[in-house]
Amino acid sequence: MSIDSMFVHKMWDDKELSKMVTGGIPFPMLSDAGGRVGAVYGIYDEDAGVETRGKFIIDPEGVVQGYEVLTPQVGRNVNEALRQIRAFQLVRDSKGTEATPSGWQPGKPTLTPGPDLVGQVWEVKQTWPSDPTIKTRYPNSWNISLKRNHVDSVKCPNVLS
Amino acid sequence: MGEEMEIGCARPTGGPVGEPVETDEKKNDKKIMGEPKMIKVGQKAPDFTAPAYHKGKFISVKLSEYLGKWVVLCFYPGDFTFV
Repeated sequence: MSIDSMFVHKMWDDKELSKMVTGGIPFPMLSDAGGRVGAVYGIYDEDAGVETRGKFIIDPEGVVQGYEVLTPQVGRNVNEALRQIRAFQLVRDSKGTEATPSGWQPGKPTLTPGPDLVGQVWEVKQTWPSDPTIKTRYPNSWNISLKRNHVDSVKCPNVLS
Repeated sequence: MGEEMEIGCARPTGGPVGEPVETDEKKNDKKIMGEPKMIKVGQKAPDFTAPAYHKGKFISVKLSEYLGKWVVLCFYPGDFTFV
């Protein structure tokens, strides 16, 4: 959805997008003249008169499960959106009894939150088969030393949480 | 999903539908636009209708028509903006 008219959407699909996506864009390209819908979602930039790059994941009940907003120069990643939806679907199917840890991928182990899991995630993770395809990389400046499969000391500058 | 529209010279528009999201501040629309409020996760996505281009047709899309399905709603600054 952007402030462009659906006529411009057609031109963009005809002239450019259909050359990158076989058959053209398969989903509806929505028009939001004046940014009225974007304003309600909180991503309309009134000064610039355009929407920012906001992505909302909405579940079958119409509830917003997550969103991500980026400045114009950086594009989003469809694979990450799909990964998140698969995670939300798994949690939903489990009726909230399971949770997906950070970096989770479909088919990988999940966590079952409860009193017994408090402080024990590191132990549970040691029982999971190691996946050589997943490598966690930290900037050298973080000065992380890895020993016995867990992080002994972490010094990370310029990180706010 | 969505009905096909008759196309004339006037540019069709859509907009939010149903109950206003923040009734208290609706009195001063300009203030809302000046201080955009992000919606919250875990809350209902505001419903809307919007004209759309879909596979060679011009249609009208209503978000609530997609209840029962997972939806990814993506906003972007504009067509032909490279990224």
